[in-house]
Amino acid sequence: MFVQLVFYVLGAVLVASAVAVITARNPVHSALFLVLAFFTSAGIWLLLEAEFLAIVLVLVYVGAVMVLFLFVVMMLDVNLAPLREGFIRYLPVGAAVAVVVVVEIALVIGASGFDLGSMPAPPAHEAGYSNTKELGALLYTVYVYPFEIAGAILLVAIVAAIALTMRRRSGVKTQDPARQVEVRRADRVRIVRMPAEKRERVSDR
Amino acid sequence: MIPLSHFIVLGAILFCISMAGIFLNRKNVIVLLMSIELMLLSVNLNFVAFSRFLGDTAGQVFVFFILTVAAAEAAIGLAILVVLFRNRGTINVADLDTAKG
Repeated sequence: MFVQLVFYVLGAVLVASAVAVITARNPVHSALFLVLAFFTSAGIWLLLEAEFLAIVLVLVYVGAVMVLFLFVVMMLDVNLAPLREGFIRYLPVGAAVAVVVVVEIALVIGASGFDLGSMPAPPAHEAGYSNTKELGALLYTVYVYPFEIAGAILLVAIVAAIALTMRRRSGVKTQDPARQVEVRRADRVRIVRMPAEKRERVSDR
Repeated sequence: MIPLSHFIVLGAILFCISMAGIFLNRKNVIVLLMSIELMLLSVNLNFVAFSRFLGDTAGQVFVFFILTVAAAEAAIGLAILVVLFRNRGTINVADLDTAKG
């Protein structure tokens, strides 16, 4: 009973925050409502006993991706008024398509194929069960090749993001390591031959 | 216990809200990217729910990969957005018609 209450409360918060994401006037508010949506989804995933993924969702999404979003939204000085035009005009179309798709999916799912009778809820895992351990065992054996590809995708993404946003400004003093290495002794050092001079000591004066 | 259909319907509602968001905010690239993140979240919710009810952890592995790809997509998308704003001074989709000819 308590689990059901938690699920419906989390589901209501999730839907409300998702609606707020797409209707908020300010993109900063949208990003913050998206953070709320991710947190409530993590709660629902905890109900589904996917503990590792729930924590990963909070750490990776709320901690990294949404901070990146907020950073970009706050860094760009965007004039918001032109971005809102057409919102009212497209509202009937968007709402109609969304409602139609929801009804269609609900009709397909509601045909008693996925209710408790045909697909009973599995029993909860015992106390010593480790979701992380099981996921890791699967990830490093059966799915080790896709796992490596995922790492390569992240590497490509970081290289692409840096290459896209890096720019060379004129008039900025920077080091060129290639030219630094190329320098020969003759370019920098000049040896001057001259006769020795007698130094005048301070105490002699 | 909560039946599987409730989780799937929740995922469907979330998916349709984000789809409506793409319809409504077609001028604003930032909210478009956020709508795509919401869509991926709803798909992940379906994956986790089926993984639990079918007793197969492979669904959670797929969620792991989707999270990876979504993070890469968000990083590159935001980088493109920053470059776009630097070069054009706007992120309005209506103004991005250079390739129109």
